[in-house]
Amino acid sequence: MSTRVDPGGPADAASAAARDRTFGPLYSRNARAVIARGLMATKSTNWLVMLSGFFEPVLFLISMGVGLGAIVGAVEGPDGTTISYAAYIAPALLAVSAMNGAVYDSTWNVFFKMNFAKLYQGMLYTSLGPLDVALGEIFLALLRGMLYATGFTAVMGMMGLITSPWALLMIPASVLIAFGFASLGMGITSFLKTFQQMDWINFILLPMFLFSATFYPLSVYPEPIQWFIQAMPLWHGVELLRQISVGVFTGATAVHIGYYLVMTAAGMLLTTLRLRSLFLK
Amino acid sequence: MPFHIPGASTSVRRVHNEAFLPSGTRSGSPPSRPIVIAAEDLTKKYGDLAAVNGISFSVPAGESFGLLGPNGAGKSTAMKMIGGVTRRTSGTLDIMGLDPDTHGPEVRAHLGVVPQQDNLDEELRVRDNLLVYGRYFGLPMSYLKPKADELLEFAQLTDKAKSKVDALSGGMKRRLTIARSLINEPRILLLDEPTTGLDPQARHILWDRLFRLKEQGVTLILTTHYMDEAEQLCDRLIVVDKGRIMAEGSPARLIREHSTREVVELRFGSERNTTIATELDGIGERLEVLPDRVLIYADDGEAALEQVVYRGLRPLTSLVRRSSLEDVFLRLTGRSLVD
Repeated sequence: MSTRVDPGGPADAASAAARDRTFGPLYSRNARAVIARGLMATKSTNWLVMLSGFFEPVLFLISMGVGLGAIVGAVEGPDGTTISYAAYIAPALLAVSAMNGAVYDSTWNVFFKMNFAKLYQGMLYTSLGPLDVALGEIFLALLRGMLYATGFTAVMGMMGLITSPWALLMIPASVLIAFGFASLGMGITSFLKTFQQMDWINFILLPMFLFSATFYPLSVYPEPIQWFIQAMPLWHGVELLRQISVGVFTGATAVHIGYYLVMTAAGMLLTTLRLRSLFLK
Repeated sequence: MPFHIPGASTSVRRVHNEAFLPSGTRSGSPPSRPIVIAAEDLTKKYGDLAAVNGISFSVPAGESFGLLGPNGAGKSTAMKMIGGVTRRTSGTLDIMGLDPDTHGPEVRAHLGVVPQQDNLDEELRVRDNLLVYGRYFGLPMSYLKPKADELLEFAQLTDKAKSKVDALSGGMKRRLTIARSLINEPRILLLDEPTTGLDPQARHILWDRLFRLKEQGVTLILTTHYMDEAEQLCDRLIVVDKGRIMAEGSPARLIREHSTREVVELRFGSERNTTIATELDGIGERLEVLPDRVLIYADDGEAALEQVVYRGLRPLTSLVRRSSLEDVFLRLTGRSLVD
């Protein structure tokens, strides 16, 4: 019964490429098509929304760092030396910016594409597998996160808040932070069905932003709360960038990086499995 | 102007292993028609509900094959299983020698899909929709650019190439969706209710385009609940109800087997309709009493009508018409509303 028909035509190359995949029907090594689509779609993007994501942490840096910093004065940095309050909170705000950019792209954008534009249904009716879609969308979120991080680092430089050349490493580190949030965010979004549920995301993000040792050291909390904060992802991002900004690396640095590597892997797995169960029932 | 038909250059089919073919085909005549879709006892269950309940059919290359059935009959589910986007519960399915459950991307590389609801990319312009979709198949831009222009021509959308998708009318969007489904020169085109919601002009244009594809040898798999569409487009069809196949054959054969050649429609007014049945007894082969009219199934409609008049019955209106697929469909799937 299985008379194998060689259909010919241009799709044969795609078909041949799909034949020796390692991830079976999940992946066809073509995430770049999803990326190309995303870049093309940015032509019709609302640039104001894009820019607001960049300016938000900059405004925080100016009001808190410059304004509040005038009363706070100098504080103790990660290496024990004193640094200005603005230099203390700037890396933390960069971590927040990476988180926000990644979360916005991987939650609201994905939510819309999944439930209203039916974009993924269309994609999965082609040679693309769910892993191609997940990788492509997450890459776009990272690209955006990287643009924000680069811009913010430049602003820090202009404000004289960069004291070590190591600070440039904050850009790739921000991308790692964004990767963790984007992959997990997309996986979580796949469970959400209504706008009310989407609001829960903000309900989690805002307190995380305010309390993850962003504006003051972790030591102000009683110990149980310290443990809780340390379990949250943003704290690791804040601490990681704060260490990098002054070029101090300890065992904790590896823990922070490890945290994001695990978060990313878990997020990718969740997203791929969810996309498969949603669209390849 | 001679019309350039996309994909015409690749319509030659090759078969890997010639030993599978009957000996006659190797000597040249008649052209072989390999089976491109073979479903055996195909079943899909959602919990206890069987959306598709053990259907078997096979489709040779180049055929236009229809799945007819009321809403919820399992047509779309069957289509999704063919595309490998819904995993079957049991049974076997063979698409050009491959199992879509394990080789989804490979199978879909040779499928074109026109879903029930348009899912065009509203963030992209008309021509970009075609290019980007082609990229999803991993096709190179050097192939896609001329192909996109060719398909825009085919879909009569050339002057809309740079328009935004949401500026298109319903018929245009549908044509663009069909054009998009052809970007990879599919051997099999899956069309899920392709003309639902379109005005008659748009439907006829679409039928014309689909007929051209069929002429090029593209296998069409079509679900519809428009009987005229099925009669226009399908070489062969199955009538599906509650996940099972109720009948199978060409439109003409189904009409022959499940209905009479002609139908007489009589209206006596709603009060008399119910009581008239006994008075019409014996005329034609079968009688069906509906709230608003009475149908007499007969091979010779005029003769049946003469008998009605001869018995002194005076219908308010009478109509003799050819039996249609709709008569077959209603007979097989019932007249009650299914939701």
